[in-house]
Amino acid sequence: MSDINENKQGTPEKENNNPQNRPGENKSGMSRRKMVKALAGLPVLGLFGHQLLKKRDYDLGKREAIMRELRLDEIKFPASDYGSGNNPGGDLLRVGIIGYGVRGNQLANSLGFMHPNDVKTRQERGTLDEWLGQEYLNVALTGISDVFDLHTENGMAVARNEIRPGGENAPKLPVKRYRHYHEMLEDPDIDAVIIATPDHHHGQMTIDAANAGKHIYCEKSVANTEEEVNALYSAVKSSGVVYQLGHQITQNVIYQQARELINRDMLGKVTLVQTASNRNTAHGAWVRHMNSNGNPKPGCANTIDWKQWLGPAPEVPFSQYRYYNWTLFFDYATGLIGQLFTHEYDAMNQILNLGIPKTVTSSGGIYFWKDGRDMADMLHIVFEYPNRELTLLYSGNLSSSRPRGRVIMGHDGSMEIGNTITINADRNSTKYQQAISAGIIDPRSPMVSFNPSSGQVDAVTSASERYYAERGLTTTTINGRRVDVNHLHLREWIKCIRDGGRPSVNIDVAFDEGMACVMAQKAYVEKRVVTWDEVNRKIV
Amino acid sequence: MNEYNYTKPQLTALLLLRFFTGWHILYEGIAKAMNPQWTSFGFLQESQWVLAGFSGWVTSNPSVLAVVDFMNVWGLIAIGLGLIVGLFFKVAAVAGFILVLMYWMNSPALVGVEYSMPVEGHNLIVNKTLIQAGALLTLALFSTSKIFGLDALIGNFKRKGEVAE
Repeated sequence: MSDINENKQGTPEKENNNPQNRPGENKSGMSRRKMVKALAGLPVLGLFGHQLLKKRDYDLGKREAIMRELRLDEIKFPASDYGSGNNPGGDLLRVGIIGYGVRGNQLANSLGFMHPNDVKTRQERGTLDEWLGQEYLNVALTGISDVFDLHTENGMAVARNEIRPGGENAPKLPVKRYRHYHEMLEDPDIDAVIIATPDHHHGQMTIDAANAGKHIYCEKSVANTEEEVNALYSAVKSSGVVYQLGHQITQNVIYQQARELINRDMLGKVTLVQTASNRNTAHGAWVRHMNSNGNPKPGCANTIDWKQWLGPAPEVPFSQYRYYNWTLFFDYATGLIGQLFTHEYDAMNQILNLGIPKTVTSSGGIYFWKDGRDMADMLHIVFEYPNRELTLLYSGNLSSSRPRGRVIMGHDGSMEIGNTITINADRNSTKYQQAISAGIIDPRSPMVSFNPSSGQVDAVTSASERYYAERGLTTTTINGRRVDVNHLHLREWIKCIRDGGRPSVNIDVAFDEGMACVMAQKAYVEKRVVTWDEVNRKIV
Repeated sequence: MNEYNYTKPQLTALLLLRFFTGWHILYEGIAKAMNPQWTSFGFLQESQWVLAGFSGWVTSNPSVLAVVDFMNVWGLIAIGLGLIVGLFFKVAAVAGFILVLMYWMNSPALVGVEYSMPVEGHNLIVNKTLIQAGALLTLALFSTSKIFGLDALIGNFKRKGEVAE
């Protein structure tokens, strides 16, 4: 230890006790030699800077080579006007919500209304400002209709809460409770409705709302039968109201990017599209009549208007089990098809303009959730598009959560779409053969990724960037802001009501989706190949 | 011999350790600053052991996360620069020691603690992060900046001032 004994003062007094007069010292009392020593870190810093620039040039060069090779340098994505601060303008839109369950409440939040308790929770978590920063849509939530008293009261409290985007200037209109949704549709003080009921009501409610001249935002699925899809299509078309199907997922900016990238023929000829649902919980399998502490959820024959809840469905005695777990029964829903495949279809339809398939086949069964359900918990559907020379595969599984991505496969490359896009070149690609042998493109790792939070296409160059690109995000990012996709989807609908134009999941798109889903359900239930007759526009 | 009473080989070794550590920390900071997508979210989300609760709080608060990200990036850069040029060296080394030790405490290589992110090399309790923390502590106690560093100039100006009084 003795020879590394640091002098605590660290001062050179021993050798420098008279700093003013020593020869070879500069004005600050320091020898040139010492001064040079003190700057010893600078050459190291210089070398560091030199290497840093070299690395940056290398990375940029590599990125540019890939961008050039793929002609991505010319790509321009449409800019969003979100958050530009423009007043939404136009007249105040008065909206009513039919069906105020979990989903109805989420949509109210996205519209700009929140329960005082949820405001408090958000305040505690520090996420209130993010919600308050949501663009003000110039809407008033003025009507709630639900068959369950508790839900209605909840919705009324939400609609009345004055803490909301738009601040103090937001109009405060009275909120009405409607015992039956027909009363809401008859009320001239309601301009538009959001339908968030169980699926067996969607068809009739859409028809009634269109006939009453109310604009419609309806949750998926479109409807459960071919007749309903046809009838609601005609009703909406002849009424001229603005219809939007609730598929917020495609408001994620990456879908526009995915479409753009595919239009540029990056993947070559696309012949196979693979989609899947992967869940493994009771809640995910739609067993939802118990709350988290194992007690039954509220609601009984006295507080739930059972007759109205059943609506067009076959009459059965009041059942709390059916009320909460309606997805399990074909009287009310089409199971995985209506709940999850719809999203997959919409995602791929927005990108590839698939339309109605020529034929649909399906197989599967109830292999895990032996609880008396109708819906399959293992379901595979094959949609053939012979005109497009393309197959759309769907595989839903409720007893394993192992992720299976949403993948578009082409001869030259494949694209996986989650909350980010990654594109891999195919090792046997014709188009990229030269670039692969030249080492510009490595087919084993993603050649391009798009992460909405970066706002640009990246030619992936480093492992850590790749890692972050693959991580999911729950919201989309527009102009550097995190934005709720439901909010964007409602905003698009409201904009179309106000300024004209067609929303992204308009009635024509919804018709195709509705038919594709009805075909899938028929194929599963009837265990046969179901065909679309293009001439007569009907399922055979 | 010099004011610290280090031998030449000792001084050289300490300088090398200082430059290596500073270089690495500086580049960690700059690489993050240059990547607009970088956030500590993924790292903190994986946090285990004693700091898991704190990290969970950070990741659930976007504004807190933004502050942590900012301080982390510019803290790394400042510490890296301080170590290389030898300015406010002890402060930099001690701050670096605390910061790097916190990295280790968020993801220690303890038996039974597993991570979804791939880890470099094979580690049992001690990993490269902990060794770097040790290096920074050593550097803080075996300072070289008053010979090879801007601290020498500061010290000199200070002494000048004292003399003038």
